[in-house]
Amino acid sequence: MWPVVAIVALAIVLQLFVKPWVGGVEGGDFYNKLAVDILVNVMLAVSLTMVNGFTGQFSIGHAAFMAVGAYTAAGIMYYSSFRLYGSPDVHGGRLSTMLTGVEGPLVTGADLLFFGALLAGGLVAALFGYLVGLPSLRLRGDYLAIVTLGFGEIVRVLIQSQTRDVLYDADEIRAAPVVGIVQLFAAEKSLGEVGWSAWWDQMQGPLWTKLGGALGFSGLPFYTSYFWVALMCGVTLLVAIRMKYSSAGRALLSIREDEIAAEAMGVDTTKYKIRAFVISAFFAGIAGGLFAHTVGVQLNAGELGFVKSFEVIIMVVLGGLGSISGGAIAAAILTVLPEALRDFELSVLQALLGVFVLIAVVGGVRAAWGLVRGRGVSPRAKRLLIIGTGVSVAVFVASFVAPAFFGTRFNLGDYRMILYALALILMMIARPKGLLGVREIWEIWRRH
Amino acid sequence: MVDALDNTVKARSSEPAREVLLSVRGVSKSFGGLKAVQDFGLSLARGELNGLIGPNGAGKTTVFNLLTGVYVPDAGEVVLAGRSTRGLKPNRIAAAGMARTFQNIRLFGELSVLDNVKLGCHVRVTHSMWAGVFRTRWSRGEERAIAERSMELLRLFELDGRAHEEARSLPYGDQRKLEIARAMATDPKVLLLDEPAAGMNPQEKVALRQLIRRVRDEFKVTILLIEHDMGLVMDICERITVLDYGLVIAEGTPPEIQQNPRVIAAYLGTG
Repeated sequence: MWPVVAIVALAIVLQLFVKPWVGGVEGGDFYNKLAVDILVNVMLAVSLTMVNGFTGQFSIGHAAFMAVGAYTAAGIMYYSSFRLYGSPDVHGGRLSTMLTGVEGPLVTGADLLFFGALLAGGLVAALFGYLVGLPSLRLRGDYLAIVTLGFGEIVRVLIQSQTRDVLYDADEIRAAPVVGIVQLFAAEKSLGEVGWSAWWDQMQGPLWTKLGGALGFSGLPFYTSYFWVALMCGVTLLVAIRMKYSSAGRALLSIREDEIAAEAMGVDTTKYKIRAFVISAFFAGIAGGLFAHTVGVQLNAGELGFVKSFEVIIMVVLGGLGSISGGAIAAAILTVLPEALRDFELSVLQALLGVFVLIAVVGGVRAAWGLVRGRGVSPRAKRLLIIGTGVSVAVFVASFVAPAFFGTRFNLGDYRMILYALALILMMIARPKGLLGVREIWEIWRRH
Repeated sequence: MVDALDNTVKARSSEPAREVLLSVRGVSKSFGGLKAVQDFGLSLARGELNGLIGPNGAGKTTVFNLLTGVYVPDAGEVVLAGRSTRGLKPNRIAAAGMARTFQNIRLFGELSVLDNVKLGCHVRVTHSMWAGVFRTRWSRGEERAIAERSMELLRLFELDGRAHEEARSLPYGDQRKLEIARAMATDPKVLLLDEPAAGMNPQEKVALRQLIRRVRDEFKVTILLIEHDMGLVMDICERITVLDYGLVIAEGTPPEIQQNPRVIAAYLGTG
C-alpha cells in the first residue's frame, strides 16, 4: 500500500510545488509541457514493454490502444462537461491544471469525472487489447506484427472516417442521445421493427459518434496536469515492475525465452499472452486519455497511426527489450532530443571538436575500464582514443589556417530529424540489445 | 512378442505394493505416411527408474512428446495417476505431475539460473497475478517459499554458486543439470529425461548417475529416461523398453535386454 501513497504524495508535490517553481523560470511553461509529454511517453513505452519486452510478442499497433483510450476519455469529458457545466472548460481543482496562479479548491467533482473518463478509456482499450491478443495465440513473430499493424490502421481509419463532426452547441448536446441503442430500447422498438436503415440513422445521432472524424477532436478541456500524469505513470511503473518480479512475471518472460519449454513447465501460455495484451492496452488507453487532454493538443486519429506506434517501439527497443527502466529512460531521451536540438547554433569548429572529443572520451573511458578490470586496453579503445585525439588536434590546428571555414555558424536545429535518426542508428550499432538489454538499471551492479 | 509383453505386465501388476502412476496403452502417432509410434505401451510404478532406448529415429522423443501433450495421439490412452490426459494441453499435463527435460536444451537463456528453477515452481503457485502485483501477505509467503525451495534444489544439483548467472552462460553439463532441476521444481510425479548425459564428459556422467538415483530416492519420483549411453542405462535403469521404427521390440531388465536377439539385431543389424 505504501508505494501507492508515495506515488500520490509525489504527484501532489510535483503539482503544487515543482510546477509553479518551474513555471517561474523563463520558458518554464515549455519545460512543464515537456515533462508531461515525457511521462505520457514513459507510460506508453512501459506498457508496450509488457507485450514486446516481457512476452516477446511483437506488437506494432500500440498507438491504436492509445487512440481508443484517447477518444473514449475525450468523448466522455467533452460531452459530460457540456451536460454538467454547460461548457467544455476545465472545472477541476488546482490538481488538474497546468496554468499558474489558479485559485480554488484542490479537487472538485470534475476531477472525479476526469479520473472516471481515464479509467473508461483504459477499460475500452483493454477490451480491444483482448481482441488483438487473440490472434497472438496462433501467430508468431512477423505474422503477428502484421496483424497488429493492420489492427492499428483499422482503428485509425474507423475513427477518421466513421465518426462525425463534434457538436459545439450546448442545447443540441443536451438534446442528443448518448448511446443510440439505449434510445431504441427505451422506445421499445427492436431492430426488426424499425428496420436496419432507420436503426443505422438512429445510431448516427448519438454523442458517441460525434468525435470529430477526419477534422480531429478539438476544444477538449486541458485537465492533464503534473498530478494526473505522475499518478498514472507511477502506477504503470509500479504494476510493471511488480509484475516482472512476481511469479506471473516469470511466466511472461519464460514465454519470450522459449514458449515450448514454458508450456512444458506448466505455464498457461494462452492465458498469459492475453493478459499481457490486455494490461498493456489498458495503460496505453490511459496514456491516450492523458494525451488527449494535454495543453495544446488537438486530438486527431491521424497522428495516432503507425508512425506513433513505431515511435513507441523505438523507445522500447532502444531501452532494451524487456527492461522497464531502459524503456522509460529511452522514452525520456527520445522525447527531449528533438526539442533540445531545435535551437542549437554552433560553428563548424565546435561541431567537429564536439564529435571527435566525444570519440576520444569514449575511447579513454573504455581504456580506463579495461585497465581497472585488469584486461588491459582493448585495440578498439586504442583506436577510438587515437582517432579522437588525432582529429581533434588536427581540426584545432586547421582552424587557425582556415578561420573563415571553421568559424561558419549553422543551426543544428535545421538538421534535427537527421540527427535524431543518426543517433538511433549509432545507438543500435553500439548497443544492439538497447541501453540496458534485458536488465533493469538497479540490476546492473548486482551481477558479477 | 505382444503376449510376452502382456505377461510381464500382468505378472508385475499382481505384485501387491506396485502403484501404477503412468500407464500408456496402445498409443500411436503418424505424421503423414510415417508411422512414428505404433501401439506403444508402458506401465510405470511409483519410484521406478526405467529406460527407453532405441536406434536413432526410433520414435523415443516422439513418445515423450505424446506423453507430455506436445503431440496428440492418434489412438490409445495415457493415464497419469489415474486420470487420462486426453485433450489436456501440455501445461495441464505438467500440472497433473509430468515434467520433462529436452534433448536440445531449452532453458530460459536470458533469465538467471535461479529464475529458471523458480519458473518451475510457477505451476504450483496458488496466488493470482493481481495478488502478486499487490504483494498480498499470501503471495509474499509463497514467493518466499519458492525462493527457498529453488535454492534448495540448486544446492542439490550443485548449482547454487551460479544462481544469479544467466542460464545460457552455464557450461553444457550444468545446463543439462539445470533442466532437471527446473523440471523437479514443478513437483512432478513422473520425470521424463531426454538424453540427460548427451554432451557430458565421463566424470560428469558418473556424477549424473548418482544425481539421477538421488533425485529418485529423495523425491520418490518415477523416472523414464531416454539415453544413448548404454553403460549409464544398463547401470541405473531397473527396466528398459526398446523401440525400433516406432514399435516396442523388447521390454525387460537390463540383462534380459542385453541378451535379446531382436535388440541386438536392431542395434547391430542382422548380418
